[in-house]
Amino acid sequence: MKITKEEVSHIASLSRLSFEPEELDVISLQLNDILIYIEKLNGLDTSGVEPVTHAHDLVNAFRDDEVKEWLSNDEAMDNAPQSDNGQFKVPRII
Amino acid sequence: MEFEAVIGLEVHCQLKTKSKIFCSCSTDFGAPPNTHVCPICLGMPGVLPVLNKKVLEYALKLSLATNCSINNRNIFARKHYFYPDLPKGYQISQFDLPIAEHGWIEIEKQDGTKKRIGITRIHMEEDAGKLIHDDKRPLSYVDLNRTGTPLLEIVSEPEISAPEEAGEYLKVLRELVRYLEISDGNMEEGSLRCDANISIRKRGDTELGTKTELKNMNSFRHVQKALEYEIRRQTALMLDGQKIVQETRLWDEAKGITLPMRGKEEAHDYRYFPDPDLIPVEISAEWIDDIKNGLIELPAQKRERFKAQYGLPYEDIRSLTASRALADFFEECVKKFNNPKKVANWIMVELMKLLKQDALDIAQCKIQPQHLAELLLLIDEGKISGKIAKDILEKTYATGRPPTDIVNEEGLLQVSDDDTLYSVCKEVATENPKEVDKFRAGKKKVIGFLVGQVMKKTKGKANPKRVNEILIELIG
Ligand SMILES: [Zn+2]
Repeated sequence: MKITKEEVSHIASLSRLSFEPEELDVISLQLNDILIYIEKLNGLDTSGVEPVTHAHDLVNAFRDDEVKEWLSNDEAMDNAPQSDNGQFKVPRII
Repeated sequence: MEFEAVIGLEVHCQLKTKSKIFCSCSTDFGAPPNTHVCPICLGMPGVLPVLNKKVLEYALKLSLATNCSINNRNIFARKHYFYPDLPKGYQISQFDLPIAEHGWIEIEKQDGTKKRIGITRIHMEEDAGKLIHDDKRPLSYVDLNRTGTPLLEIVSEPEISAPEEAGEYLKVLRELVRYLEISDGNMEEGSLRCDANISIRKRGDTELGTKTELKNMNSFRHVQKALEYEIRRQTALMLDGQKIVQETRLWDEAKGITLPMRGKEEAHDYRYFPDPDLIPVEISAEWIDDIKNGLIELPAQKRERFKAQYGLPYEDIRSLTASRALADFFEECVKKFNNPKKVANWIMVELMKLLKQDALDIAQCKIQPQHLAELLLLIDEGKISGKIAKDILEKTYATGRPPTDIVNEEGLLQVSDDDTLYSVCKEVATENPKEVDKFRAGKKKVIGFLVGQVMKKTKGKANPKRVNEILIELIG
C-alpha cells in the first residue's frame, strides 16, 4: 500500500472531513491506485533538473496599491448558508 | 543548578498599505463587517490573486534595514489549515524561498552593552479574518475585512537570553518599522503581534531543551511577564525532575500565568506547496540598489550622527530619536536656533509635558519648529523671561499662534526700563518692611522673596536680574 488507512484518516481530520469505516476502506484503495499511477513519473531520471514551480516562464506580475470597491455586504453574504448582522455564521470550532 | 533561557521571537507586522496584499480591497480598520471584501479575499473559486507591489517594496525596506540577504527569486506557498477565519482553507505565505534571510538587529542590554540578535527569515503573507464567538450558543461570527491584509513575519534566531532582551528586541523592531513608515507598529492594536518560543537549559549546555510556544501577548509588558513566568515554571519542573511538554501556551494576563492551549493540539501539518496562482517574483540587483538608495537614515545611524554633530548626552539622543518626526523637529529647530542643548531641553521637558497631557504625537502638535526657535531667541535676547516663555509655549500649543505675535499682542515684552522697575521696587520695599529689615540684618536670602513680589506686580514681565540689582541698591 502506498498510503495507510491511518494516513487517510489524518488527512481527513486535517480537512475537517469524517468518513464511515467502510468509506475509509474504499477511499484508501482509490487513493492507493492514484498514487501507484502517479508513481510512474518516478521512472524518469530528473537528477540535474531544477525543480519547476510553474509551467511557464512568467515572473513579476504586480498591482499598484489602489483601493477599489467590489462587493456590498449583501452581495458578500449572498452565498452564505447562514448569516447574521452582515457576518457569516458558522459552527464554533474552539 | 543554574539555568539559562533560550528565546526566539516570531513577530507579525501588519503593513500599512492602502489595499490588501492580493486584491484591491481597503485595509482600513473599523468598517462594518464584511464590507471590505471581494471574490479574491472571500476565497471564491476561479479568482486570480495579484501581488501588491507596495508590499514587496516594504518587505525589501525592512529586509535591508535588518541586514538580511535578499533572495532574488521569491515563491508564494499555500499553507493549509481549516479554520473559519481563513475562507480558502489555506493562507498564502512563503515557505522555501522567503524574501529575506540571515539578518540581524542590534539591541542594547540592561548594562549598556550591545548585542546582535540574528534574524532567521522575513516572509510576506496574508492576514486572516476575525471570529467572534457567541457566548451562549456553539456559534461563531466571521468578519473577513482583515483577510488579506499584508503581513511580514519576522523570525528571530533563538539568541535572546532574557525577558528584558526580548522587550528590547521588540522595541528596536517597532522603531524600525515606524522609521521606515511601513507599519503603525502598535502591539495593543494588533499591528505588531508577537509569539515566543522558549526553553531553558543548564548554563553552559549547548543542547537545546524542550520548548514551549507562547501566544496571546498584547503588549511589550505582556511578552516580558509571560517569559518571566515561563522561565519560573520550566525551572521548577526541571528542578523537580519532571519533563517539559512541547506545547502551545496562552498568556492569561488577569491571572498572570501561561496555560496550555485548549483543544486537540494537532501537530503542525500545513502541507505547504507552491501557489500556482501567483507567479514567481524576481528581484533584480538594480531594484535592491534603488530601495537601498532610497532608504532613510535608520535609528542607530541617526543616534551616531546626533552624537557627533550635536554633542548631546546619550539619554538626550535616545529621547530625541525615539521617532523620526521628533528627531526632525529637533533638527529643524536647531537650524534656526543654534544651541542644541537648549533646544533639546525645551523639547524633552516643556514640549513633551504638553504632548503627554493630551497623549499627542509630535506630528499632531500645533507648535512648529520655528515657533520654538523663535521663543528661545526671545529669551536669549532678554525680551522675555523663561517663565513667560513657558506660558507662551502653552498658548502656541493650544492655538498654533507664533510666539512673537503672542508677545506683541499681549504686551509680554520684558520690562527692562529702569524708571518703571525702580518705582515697582520702591513700592515692594515699602509694602514689606519686615523683610527689608531682615535683609538689612544679614538674611540675604530674603531678596528672593522681594524679587518674587516685583515679578508678581509686573506679571512676570520684569527682568529678574535687573530687579535684583535695583533692590540691593535700594535697601542694601
Ligand atoms: Zn478583496
